[in-house]
Amino acid sequence: MPLFWLILIVLALAAAGYVAGRRRALASAGGSSHGLHSLPSYYGSNVALSALVPAFAILVGWLLVQPLVIENSVSGMIPERAIDEGSSLSLVMSDVRRVADGLDTAVAQGAMTPEEAGSIRSEFTDVRERLGAVGVALGSDVGPEVLRAAQRYRAMSSTGNLLMTLAVLGAAVGGFGFSYIRTHRDFRARNVVEAGVRLLLLFAASIAILTTLGIILSLIFNTIEFFKLWPPAEFFLGTTWQPSFGGGSELGVLPLLWGTFYISLIALAVAVPIGLFAAVYLSEYASKPVRAFAKPMIEVLAGIPTIVYGLFALLTVGPMLMAVFGRDGLGWMQAGTAVMTAGLVMGIMLIPFVSSLSDDIINAVPQAMRDGSYGLGATKSETVRQVVLPAALPGIVGAILLAASRAIGETMIVVLGAGAAARLSLNPFDAMTTVTAKIVSQLTGDADFASPEALVAFALGMTLFVITLGLNVLALYIVRRYREQYE
Amino acid sequence: MTDATASNAAPDAPRKGSLLDQDDRTRRRNAAEARFKAYGIAAVGVGLVFLIALVSAIIFNGVGAFQQTFVDVEVYLDPEKLDKQGNRDPADLRKVSTFGYKPLIREAVFAKVQELGIETEIESANEVEALLSASAPAQVRDFVIANPDRLGDTVAFKMLASSRVDGYLKNRVTRDSIARDKNIDAVHLDLTDALRDAGVVEKTFNLSFITGSDASESRAEQAGLGVSMLGSFFMMLVVLGLSLPIGVAASIYLEEFAPQNKFTDLIEVNISNLAAVPSIVFGILGLAVFIQFMHLPQSAPLVGGLVLTLMTLPTIIISTRASLKSVPPSIRDAALGVGASKMQAVFHHVLPLAMPGILTGTIIGLAQALGETAPLLLIGMVGYIATNYPDGLASGFLDPNSAMPAQIYEWAKRADPAYYERAWGGIIILLVFLLTMNIVAIILRRRFERRW
Repeated sequence: MPLFWLILIVLALAAAGYVAGRRRALASAGGSSHGLHSLPSYYGSNVALSALVPAFAILVGWLLVQPLVIENSVSGMIPERAIDEGSSLSLVMSDVRRVADGLDTAVAQGAMTPEEAGSIRSEFTDVRERLGAVGVALGSDVGPEVLRAAQRYRAMSSTGNLLMTLAVLGAAVGGFGFSYIRTHRDFRARNVVEAGVRLLLLFAASIAILTTLGIILSLIFNTIEFFKLWPPAEFFLGTTWQPSFGGGSELGVLPLLWGTFYISLIALAVAVPIGLFAAVYLSEYASKPVRAFAKPMIEVLAGIPTIVYGLFALLTVGPMLMAVFGRDGLGWMQAGTAVMTAGLVMGIMLIPFVSSLSDDIINAVPQAMRDGSYGLGATKSETVRQVVLPAALPGIVGAILLAASRAIGETMIVVLGAGAAARLSLNPFDAMTTVTAKIVSQLTGDADFASPEALVAFALGMTLFVITLGLNVLALYIVRRYREQYE
Repeated sequence: MTDATASNAAPDAPRKGSLLDQDDRTRRRNAAEARFKAYGIAAVGVGLVFLIALVSAIIFNGVGAFQQTFVDVEVYLDPEKLDKQGNRDPADLRKVSTFGYKPLIREAVFAKVQELGIETEIESANEVEALLSASAPAQVRDFVIANPDRLGDTVAFKMLASSRVDGYLKNRVTRDSIARDKNIDAVHLDLTDALRDAGVVEKTFNLSFITGSDASESRAEQAGLGVSMLGSFFMMLVVLGLSLPIGVAASIYLEEFAPQNKFTDLIEVNISNLAAVPSIVFGILGLAVFIQFMHLPQSAPLVGGLVLTLMTLPTIIISTRASLKSVPPSIRDAALGVGASKMQAVFHHVLPLAMPGILTGTIIGLAQALGETAPLLLIGMVGYIATNYPDGLASGFLDPNSAMPAQIYEWAKRADPAYYERAWGGIIILLVFLLTMNIVAIILRRRFERRW
């Protein structure tokens, strides 16, 4: 594992740098720390950090950029005619990578010499068979262009890796040397180290931005890719969802959106009244011991993983509803997985969301408002309904919007509890499916990422991201505005 | 609108009679008050009932997975059949496949049945095979390969019963439900009853459910959670190793050093939004960035850990900032006053004091990550049968593995109802982990939290 060793060498260099820097600083001050500008450990840390940080920055940057560069240069080698009908450049490129990996394996196992791996021609050897012999299974025969591209890929990666090793080690040694030479009794080591640490802290904080950027970029690029293959109008306005990897799919998002909203609606219809009444009772009526017991108990519902709710929907609630509304009962329900099943269970999951958020908001309503209402002779329930709730309304709406965004983005409950068929129906006992469930079903398994049937998942993800982001921003805006009123 | 506001415009006629007599309106208002309170009690009650229903469904359905039916069989390891050369060479022993062991086992079971004098309609040894798990021959074969010198002896084995027999003893399989099942007949169930009375078939605690590996679709009785537990463990190592330092560093920056500017605002907005992004979107991110773009291995705990790290970061940052904020400014001022730099004040004084709160938040974040399933589905942690224990540290991080929640999902999808029991059992184990983590967090908070 060369990468592992590279990291280890850099770490060892940094550790050595700490000791060496510290010693040099002490030596320059005649062996006592009194003459130094900073504490001796700062001189050590300075050398260690300058060896470590630039080297790791180069390493990470290189690992990110190298595949891009290689991909670009190698994909330029593949002529139009090497791409079969119904295939695409990215498919051919994944073949290239597989062949290149196969050649690596063959060399590693000694089935080929490195020179042979770099020079064999598919015109003379059956590459597929030879790679098959070392346990690398290839889907189709290897064409000359693909093989040449794979050899180029290998050559470029190995040069790239060599250059990377040199650059990283160079940066580490350079940083070490530079700061070691600078180490002197008058060098302001603490200030330098603290500025460096501050930069590191800033970088850690920026990871949140990088994550958001990563989400947006990965969604946008693949969505654009999808809309190149599929007309947006058909996606946004289509009323049938029938993907088939064999071709002849219909990818209309409307049935999925309808399923998502229907299930969320039922979930909110369960969670909002129960959560709200529970919050009102716990904050206005309940005695201290009741509150101390009931509040954490209800919040336990929020800590249970969603897979548990999914299983509960599939194996407990579904059959239970089936017994009442199924063929033996009212005959409305065909199977245990339905909008109602998923909606009910999701509602249970959302109760603590609504209740604890509303509880906080109700508690934030100033006591003076309640006292004023009591003073006019209102009963407790009249106070709650006519004074407390209207005052808390924006916050409660915010809480409900947050719960709605949770419901729309929820995956496991609908994957297990809502069924797989996409349909536009009003019957809550029909099986329907949601955006999240279809993202899972289009992206699991060995789908190739170039077909519209797989890429559509990114367009669905984009839709989901935009909807939930909108709801969250709206909710946060409302909650924030409300807070300004009373604090 | 209630009566109080509806009728306050026109004052009522002067009141007659005692003040203690309630008039209609007061009675109605009091009734409304009582109703309102009853709704509240009902709502809290419904919430608690749901919790109880959920917990009892889990326990009721899942406890069975911790018990498994075993059959005691004494198998004569016939050297004639298992070692034709007679030289006890392990290489030769390996050549005999599990098919070579099947006849020995079923003869042994059949002999036992006849020895006990059980009356049964089963006449040939071939038919008793339905009682045993398909894993039985492999079990005997492994034993023979490990102990070649025992060939020729009669060795007692504790073999797994088939999932149908196991289900019958756990009341999951009934005589009605097997009417169309071609794997087992009613005569087998009669035989099972008789063998149970004779003490040959018995239900005992099943450690291999906790430590074992996943099995193929048709061998529910053999499946265990051990390998995916290791997968989860390696994932949590990644999450802990990355999200704690990054989260603490980010919180320190935002809480102690960040200037009031647009960039800081941008970071804050991003963090609060990331906390509310659906988990499946993080799965898409992991798939696109870590697997498609960076070509990290699919299904590897490393990738799962990276995705879960990004998911947990907002939780950890939010709780860490809260505990940094709760350290009073006098601590910082005192440190600055005796000549510490701002960095020293934070790292030497504020951070240690905030540590209990940070650890509590981290544990709760880890517990959340441990139960998260949706992103794992997208990076390929399902559809993969986790049968191999990782060989070491590197293989633990990089080899394909499953994780506890992904394994539970996988079991829930399988057709055999015997797997449902295992899914519930898996949930019990998962919840025990979560409960332990949360209790540790609560204890930490109770013990070390300081009120300033």
